[in-house]
Amino acid sequence: MELLTAALPALGDAANLIFQPVVLGYLVLGVVMGLAIGVFPGLGGIAGLSLLLPFMFGMEPVLGLALMIGMVAVVPTSDTFASVLMGIPGSSASQATVLDGFPMARKGEAARALSAAFSSSLFGGLVGATFLTFFILAARPLVLAFGLPEMLMVTILGLSMVAILAGRIALKGLAAAGLGLMVGTIGEADAGGSLRMATYDIPYLTDGLKLVIVGLGIFAIPEIVSLLRQDKSISSTATLGGGWLDGVRDWFANIWLSVRCSMIGVAVGVIPGLGGSVVDWIAYGHAVQTTKDKSQFGKGEIRGIVGPESSNNAKEGGGLVPTLLFGIPGSGSMAVFIGAVALLGSGDIEVGPSMLKNNLDITYSIVWLLALANVAGTLLCIAASGGIARLTTIRFALVAPFLFMLIAFAAFQSGQDLFDLVALFAIGLIGIFLRRFDWSRPAFLIGFVLSNPAETFTNQAYQIAASRFRKGFEEGIEYIFSPIVIVLIIVTVISIFFGIRQAKSIQAEGDVQSGSKRAPLIFLLLFTAYLVIAVVDASTIPDDVFTDKVFPLTIGSISVACCLYLLFRMMTRPETDTIFADKEVAGDDAESGRGLWSTLAWFAGLLALSALFGFIIALAVFLLAFFRVRAGLEWVRSAMLTAAGIAFMCLVAGLLNRDFPPGLLQSLVELPWPLT
Amino acid sequence: MSLNSISLRRLAASIGTALAAALPMSASADMSGKTVQWVIPFSETGGSAKWANFFAPLLKEALPGKPTVVVKFMPGAGSTKGANWFQRQKHKDGTLLFGSSGSTQFPYLLGDPRVRYEYKDWNPVMATGTGGVAYLNAKAGAMFDGTANKLKDIEFIYGSQGATRLDLVPLLAWRMLGMKVEPVFGIKGRGDGRLMFERGEANIDYQTSSAYLSGSMPLVKAGTAVPMMSWGALDANGNIVRDPTFPDIATFKEVCEATAGCETKGDAWDAWKAFFVAGFPSQKIAFLPRGTPKDVIDTYVKAFAKVKARPDFAKISAKRVGKYPMFVGAGAKAALGTATSVPDKAKAFVTGWLKEAYGVSLRKK
Repeated sequence: MELLTAALPALGDAANLIFQPVVLGYLVLGVVMGLAIGVFPGLGGIAGLSLLLPFMFGMEPVLGLALMIGMVAVVPTSDTFASVLMGIPGSSASQATVLDGFPMARKGEAARALSAAFSSSLFGGLVGATFLTFFILAARPLVLAFGLPEMLMVTILGLSMVAILAGRIALKGLAAAGLGLMVGTIGEADAGGSLRMATYDIPYLTDGLKLVIVGLGIFAIPEIVSLLRQDKSISSTATLGGGWLDGVRDWFANIWLSVRCSMIGVAVGVIPGLGGSVVDWIAYGHAVQTTKDKSQFGKGEIRGIVGPESSNNAKEGGGLVPTLLFGIPGSGSMAVFIGAVALLGSGDIEVGPSMLKNNLDITYSIVWLLALANVAGTLLCIAASGGIARLTTIRFALVAPFLFMLIAFAAFQSGQDLFDLVALFAIGLIGIFLRRFDWSRPAFLIGFVLSNPAETFTNQAYQIAASRFRKGFEEGIEYIFSPIVIVLIIVTVISIFFGIRQAKSIQAEGDVQSGSKRAPLIFLLLFTAYLVIAVVDASTIPDDVFTDKVFPLTIGSISVACCLYLLFRMMTRPETDTIFADKEVAGDDAESGRGLWSTLAWFAGLLALSALFGFIIALAVFLLAFFRVRAGLEWVRSAMLTAAGIAFMCLVAGLLNRDFPPGLLQSLVELPWPLT
Repeated sequence: MSLNSISLRRLAASIGTALAAALPMSASADMSGKTVQWVIPFSETGGSAKWANFFAPLLKEALPGKPTVVVKFMPGAGSTKGANWFQRQKHKDGTLLFGSSGSTQFPYLLGDPRVRYEYKDWNPVMATGTGGVAYLNAKAGAMFDGTANKLKDIEFIYGSQGATRLDLVPLLAWRMLGMKVEPVFGIKGRGDGRLMFERGEANIDYQTSSAYLSGSMPLVKAGTAVPMMSWGALDANGNIVRDPTFPDIATFKEVCEATAGCETKGDAWDAWKAFFVAGFPSQKIAFLPRGTPKDVIDTYVKAFAKVKARPDFAKISAKRVGKYPMFVGAGAKAALGTATSVPDKAKAFVTGWLKEAYGVSLRKK
């Protein structure tokens, strides 16, 4: 009751603060800006917030908050456009949405998929805000109950989703996840700073690969290349079925799934240090496990959209708990947000432990501005979804060059290095082959995303547990096997057990035919070779920084063992066995008139030209040539589309104050923006 | 407001007026319509970003012609990527500013193989500093009597970002006191370290001044944390004195002097002090690129002096700069000098200790 007496007046104050026309106006302004930025893959809330920062200085606090929260809240909503329509995961919040959202777009049901996703987002956002209102005053002990062993178990629970998404051959999925984990260890180790599969001569590699690049490479590039080869529109039917109202109905039919996934989102979001990376996979896994007919997952199952989308907006609410209670940002955009709040007004508001005591009204304003922004953003998105869905009926040869342009730009934003583009291409190749030979791409991505938390939490928990055990056996056991850990272990075991049984019915890549032995075998050999090299590389790390080598050694060895089994199976089975799955044997890819390499060469051309002449000049040449030669347009239209693309790119980069990749030319001659 | 910073402010203000009188307003000094880029070699989410975002709008107001000032982020390779880039830049039209931090200074001092930059080529125009406070959990705090003598048998756990970062300063201090502190590496920020302390997994922690005030003071008030020592601050002669923000907390120097076996002279002490100076009192420095002519440097120095002289500066900067002096012009140059000149013996001591204690070597693989 004591809580209520503190909360109620503050809630009233917050309502007075928020419900003023000018505040709501700023909120809508922020929402519109956030939607516009969120549509871009790879930019996300940080880019938008940085844009607002110069205006925050001395601004009336509630107005500044409305503007910023409006923007941050809707980015995970609007990035759904890219993941559903184009198969491009815009951020970590929309990876799982790609799995079923994009297949629905290909079936001509993009509007339905979008509005189901938005309804789920809205609901999740509101659940998150409601929960926060009551919970934030009492959340401190719960957050503190999540120590390293608990966080490690949540990470492992996330990894266990690989079991569900492993595909037809469980060990193949495991090996794919192993490769993802190993790719995630590239660069400087967190603990001792040893280099793994990297050298100081290529500083780019010492930082490791960025999620944006891996997400784009694994999901977007293979799909774009495949569609381009078939040269159809994204939607395989000319008339779009399934309007936005159907999507809302779909969501309502699955409301309990939405409720449960929202809860998952809030709960995982509350744990600082994990953030959004696991939550949508756990939600996706939950959606699969609670669905009777699992055959449609990966092919356009609506529950595969409702689950993750409900959880990822609810997570934003949950993520505010560590941010507001402890001053520890749950995500990159929250970190910028904390910095920006200190600039507001006279600088008196400081996000952190003192906030609940001194500024409870502001705290509640933040929570409910978040909810309102979700409502406004979702309504705008649903309204737009019918129209935007028509993009999927445009001939793909006219869309693809712009997509290549966007993902190259997005990739470059992650590190502002030409190597970003090289890395994107390399990961894209891996993605293409994983797709072609029916290796689970979600498993690879889960491995990559959770690689760093899994390694760090394992090492840290081990170190602290060792210290506890030195004090006494009982103290050690108590630390490792807390009640939360035990519950999580049970959930994980159940999830793996059912996951393996169900995995065979979920074929994310569809039914891939098997054919010749040679190509799948060569890929497996290359796959194994990388793992072996990585293991050997890890073993050269000196023993006094054991923490840097133990994780890649262990994971790498297990993955190599999986590969050896797969090799054995390849040698003993006939070429019709599922292990020889190859999309180039039969199906859309094989029947398309265009070759894989000639299509990929276009993208490679864009990157190579960028390295020589800088992005904008390269883009001009690439777009013009593509429209004229590949799409077969006449010169005038080619030139018009090219000009439109470049103008658009310059507008975005100019507004957001971003640079383009420079090339060799730029290092020799000084050129004016945007050619720099 | 301490006497120290008042006199410093007066000094800066008088330098500013002197400069204004001495220099005729040249045509090149008007920067209206231009865009100043302030490059930060870290991501948008770090402390340097907050620092630059705070100063950028103030600098805009203070520069002649009020040019637009934008903060640009160039993260990578622990800030060495951005610093290497800045090293390749030459003066063009005075619209490029660079912000370095302790994390840029440390790799330079430690001979990190990725470092291709040379601080001596750059032109410092402004510097700010901070302090730091170490604290213990209640159980260990009860054993603390102003010396570390009774702390030597306790097994300490400390959440650390890495031994080659700013954490080098607390880790070396605790080692000199003879304490057994096991760093748990791999946390992403000092906030995570405090959380680890609050969860009871770590039993010793340190925070920079502003983070200590906002995040750790509540723990001290609640009785779950006990302050142990501050790193101190530098007086005009370069001696370590009590930190003006924490006048009641003893400095590491005092604790060391009182603790058996800890010495405030010799290689270990020189090394600690050198890295403390590089990491705290002159932690963040703003630079103009090499080859910048004097009149441009003076324009910026004057602008920062003007920022510092704002009547509301003390209030708005309380959370950014605290009670630590903001150095401008000559002061910034002096700050850079102390931050980047570490005796070779001290460097050798630290690299040897890092290798022996944590297996960390910053050599080419």
